[in-house]
Amino acid sequence: MSTKNMSTKILGIETSCDETGVAVFDEQEGIIAQALYSQIDIHAEYGGVVPELASRDHIRKTALLTEQVMSEAGLTKQDIDGVAFTQGPGLIGALLVGSTFGRSLAYSWGCKAIGVHHMEGHLLAPMLEQNKPEFPFIALLVSGGHTQLVDVKDLGDYEILGESIDDAAGEAFDKTAKIMGLGYPGGPMLARLAEQGVAGRYKFPRPMTDRPGLDFSFSGLKTFAANTLRDCDGSEQALADIAYAFQEAVVDTLMIKCRRALKQTGRKQLVVAGGVSANVSLRNGLNDLMSKVNGKAFYPRPEFCTDNGAMIAYAGFCRYKLGQFESLAIKAKPRWPMSELR
Amino acid sequence: MLNKSFHLANAEQTEQLGAALGSALQSRGLVFLVGELGAGKTTLVRGLLRHMGFTGSTKSPTYTLVEPYEFDEHKVYHFDLYRLADPEELEYIGIDEYLTEASALSLIEWPEKGGNWLPEPHIRVELSYDKDQRQATIISQHQALLEKVSVAFEQ
Repeated sequence: MSTKNMSTKILGIETSCDETGVAVFDEQEGIIAQALYSQIDIHAEYGGVVPELASRDHIRKTALLTEQVMSEAGLTKQDIDGVAFTQGPGLIGALLVGSTFGRSLAYSWGCKAIGVHHMEGHLLAPMLEQNKPEFPFIALLVSGGHTQLVDVKDLGDYEILGESIDDAAGEAFDKTAKIMGLGYPGGPMLARLAEQGVAGRYKFPRPMTDRPGLDFSFSGLKTFAANTLRDCDGSEQALADIAYAFQEAVVDTLMIKCRRALKQTGRKQLVVAGGVSANVSLRNGLNDLMSKVNGKAFYPRPEFCTDNGAMIAYAGFCRYKLGQFESLAIKAKPRWPMSELR
Repeated sequence: MLNKSFHLANAEQTEQLGAALGSALQSRGLVFLVGELGAGKTTLVRGLLRHMGFTGSTKSPTYTLVEPYEFDEHKVYHFDLYRLADPEELEYIGIDEYLTEASALSLIEWPEKGGNWLPEPHIRVELSYDKDQRQATIISQHQALLEKVSVAFEQ
């Protein structure tokens, strides 16, 4: 007789970009162990993610982190029901590390393998909190690589309502920070500088808000910032004022589109995830917006806003419950539209 | 090397120069796009893709390094090497496989990050700007190609 606890346990592995994340989700207990290794320090000296260095680092870290979380959780391979891994979208080399490791580990442990969509992981991350939304809800995903508004009708039933047609919101922050001499990626530094800024000194455009629709365009803001910078007196206060006006324009634009999406769908819950969701000004704005419409905004805790293994373990668990498993083939999908999910 | 400069009054004209490049190149070749952040490199690519008949959005390839476009009978690869740390990294993303594809057009932003790993382009476009005024210089050793771009742009 197996002494196995009946509560389903899923190991989740995230390697789609520059974080290696591993976690175990337990059906009854929630996340029981997690570990994250960020390569940001390594990449900082190069000014960004270096895809192939990222892959090599994932190779070094994935097995170690897996051993670490298994030991922290006090589990052995017999306890695990499925190994979930990020199958896409993302950088091909990085995805291949997680997919190869995850699929092979599941084979060797004799359990199920589950390929997870990275963005579904982000969408479902707030479900790991005590205070969580219920389907259906609107999700705003804002990070360095993505800006999307999604109508989350149910598990696996997602409609992209709008997305950026050029730069992602986080990318606009990072590039504008670079133009302003704050380094790259300097989005969070720009936000800190904006705290010293005075409202109304500069006015940036709100791209694509003067026409219907829920798509975003942020690439024009960096050019606008560069021109504004050229004309200013170069003082620290002027830089802070420009940072303020830039951030205000991005936050306003995101808010206008969120308001439209809520109105269009009649939803009352908004989930905000991705690295930019840590931005204080954005959170204040969206909280105000939601209280005005008698709705509620949900944010995953900060460590679940950025890439992590916990969200992959949880999304993997949901897919496990639906009986959706991988074949023996090792597959990575660098481009994988969310609309293909069922 | 021969060169020709264009005054671009606005973003629409940057797109028009992209369209002129698309018309001259006939969906093959290698183009370098040089200019600061915000100079209009991606805008130019958008104009080129639209001219060729692509109707979707032109996303920044900064995050993914390369955005491939396959539509009708065209193959266009839009690279952004901004985040590359070492030119050698190009080998790992399989740059040769993209660039040796005979019937494809490759557009490379931040080619200077690729060092000596990249071959000579057919056309190099240098974009600069001050306020809304933009200037583009196209450089090539193919006289006929430069003229084609020029004629297409002025039409």
